[in-house]
Amino acid sequence: MTRRSRFQRKLKEFSDPHLGRRMVRAVAQKAESGGRPLRFMEVCGTHTMAFSRSGLRDLLSGRIDLVSGPGCPVCVTDTADIDAAITLADLEDTVLCTYGDMMRVPGSRTSLAEKQAQGAQIRVVYSAADAVQAAASEPSRRVVFLAVGFETTAPGIALAVRRAAEKDLDNFYVYSVQKVLPPALRALLSDPEVKLDGLMLPGHVATIVGREALDFVAGEFDMPAVVAGFEPVDMLHGLDVLVDMALAGEAAVENAYPRAVRERGNRAARGVMRQYFAPQAALWRGLGKIPESGLTLQEDYHLWDASALLPADEAVQGGDPPPGCSCGEVLRGKMLPPECPLFASGCRPEDPVGPCMVSSEGACAAYYRYHREEY
Amino acid sequence: MPQLDGTDEIRLVHGDGGRATARLIKEVFLPHLRDESLQLADDAAAFEFAGAAQMAVTTDTFVVSPLEFPGGDIGDLAVCGTVNDLSVNGARPRWLTAGFILEEGLEIARLSSVVNSLADRAAECGVSIVAADTKVVQRGNGGGIYINTTGVGQVLVEADLGYHRVRPGDAVVVTGYVGDHGLAVLSHREGLEFSTPVVSDTAPVWPAAGRLLKEFGGRVRFMRDPTRGGLASILAEIADSASVDLLVEEEKIPVRHEVQGAADMLGLDPLYMACEGQMVLVICSEAAGEAVEALSELTSAPAVIGQVQAGTGLLKMRTPLGGTKRLGLLSGDPLPRIC
Repeated sequence: MTRRSRFQRKLKEFSDPHLGRRMVRAVAQKAESGGRPLRFMEVCGTHTMAFSRSGLRDLLSGRIDLVSGPGCPVCVTDTADIDAAITLADLEDTVLCTYGDMMRVPGSRTSLAEKQAQGAQIRVVYSAADAVQAAASEPSRRVVFLAVGFETTAPGIALAVRRAAEKDLDNFYVYSVQKVLPPALRALLSDPEVKLDGLMLPGHVATIVGREALDFVAGEFDMPAVVAGFEPVDMLHGLDVLVDMALAGEAAVENAYPRAVRERGNRAARGVMRQYFAPQAALWRGLGKIPESGLTLQEDYHLWDASALLPADEAVQGGDPPPGCSCGEVLRGKMLPPECPLFASGCRPEDPVGPCMVSSEGACAAYYRYHREEY
Repeated sequence: MPQLDGTDEIRLVHGDGGRATARLIKEVFLPHLRDESLQLADDAAAFEFAGAAQMAVTTDTFVVSPLEFPGGDIGDLAVCGTVNDLSVNGARPRWLTAGFILEEGLEIARLSSVVNSLADRAAECGVSIVAADTKVVQRGNGGGIYINTTGVGQVLVEADLGYHRVRPGDAVVVTGYVGDHGLAVLSHREGLEFSTPVVSDTAPVWPAAGRLLKEFGGRVRFMRDPTRGGLASILAEIADSASVDLLVEEEKIPVRHEVQGAADMLGLDPLYMACEGQMVLVICSEAAGEAVEALSELTSAPAVIGQVQAGTGLLKMRTPLGGTKRLGLLSGDPLPRIC
């Protein structure tokens, strides 16, 4: 048997339905012994979707209530940043390259998809490297990459800037609205209205930053937390660890995803991230402006920074959320998607009001797809 | 000015085959086109001339990009798509017409190769192409080749199909792996490469449809090919149109390992991705086992995936962990995610 097929067989065990069903019963029973529903937040959008798609959210509800957090990069992107990206797409001889799930996110006036329909040069790409490729093959145009994402994607984008620098591409730009998670977790946990019994932390982000970097969740906020993977058995194992801590009144940050996450994460990835990006204050939908929570290009690489292309009077201010949109509340776990008055009536994936309904990792999209009462 | 889904112009979303397309048809087309068979919203219309056999007619337009993809090209698709619409309505495909819209600049060799595969597929399906038309549009006004095909077929006397025949207790069967075509086209278009290549399942479903109808007659209640919108959208449509609930076991739905893996990576759901050589059928439960056996000689991975229950039009899917989720029509074309 080849190494790869062994690995694939091993991986399959993490979605084994028999093991999964046994774990569901065990975790639910244990949670029930607490006498009241435990309220956990899954911070990461991938977990949000996986909990809904696997049916775990419904199966555990009443014993473990799962609420979504600010870990969907599309969802936390501020309206003002979308507007700025749209302005960039409007510049002459400019192509804006973006990941697919940003296309339909509404800005304050329009969306990238709408702009594209009107003829603006906007392309969906799968990685920053595709945008560098476009810049290399179309030297007469500016190619701007709209960089959205957390620590998971930042190293890849840093490598794209490195490639552009090596190729001396003066028509490639990055518009960075990238974010780092720890400052947002601090902001969230400092909010006295946010009441939780534990946090499930994203395995992808932790793979880069390391488990240690998240210790503050327990240390500063006395909040039990677990780093978990994304297969059903991974998530159930994470929940099991969280239930134990919550019931015992203990707070620690445990690693339930050791096949990917190390204590100190991935040093090489963090190194390249630091070389190309510096922390700066960033706007988060729902959480406002958080110091040191965004990533901007380092001074040495400012030639590739697309913010310089924005008209001077277009300084990015915090944008008002669309009227009636509750994404800000949903992203802090203060509201469940169906509690929003617009849910499935004024706001749907094909005609969204807020980003949580558009993103394939958004909480509203997950509820719209898998938990609606009526269709 | 009339508006649909927040815009007064046509947008790509109106062609996704889901909710927005349904609204476009209902609000813009049907008020003017009032023929009863259009109002039925089936994939093909049945008609008969005095004394002659019952016939079915359907039309479909193909705008796939890229023109060639692993497992087929737009020529294959233009034949299979249309003959499959006839087949699932119980009609043996007999005649096709083909209209080509060609964009200036298209290489003649490419056109020739597409026409060649169209002819080969037609021969394979036993249909004659009896009329055709060609138009050329200016560069920039078309995607190389667009093809419209209209198909006419002869309805088998054994066929008695329709939403109205779906009843509680019936079984839901799918003929094979789902999502292959959607993922093959998407990955080829975007230049994504996977270690195990995904190939489109483009193929005629008549061999399977014809055999089932001959063997099981009226015990086959309903057939459909899950193209745009994928398996889940078709199941949701059946539940809604027949006013029953469908309870489907997610574990029993055949999805190739490599398709699931690639879809997971892209944040897409294979259940919403197009198939071009599969059928979903509702069949009397006593016949379901035998039907699957018969199908296994003809199709990739036939399986009973669920059953029809009395209800209000919901598609309920039991997950491998034992949870139940409700699914609806595809809502907006699926867009690949960030991480």
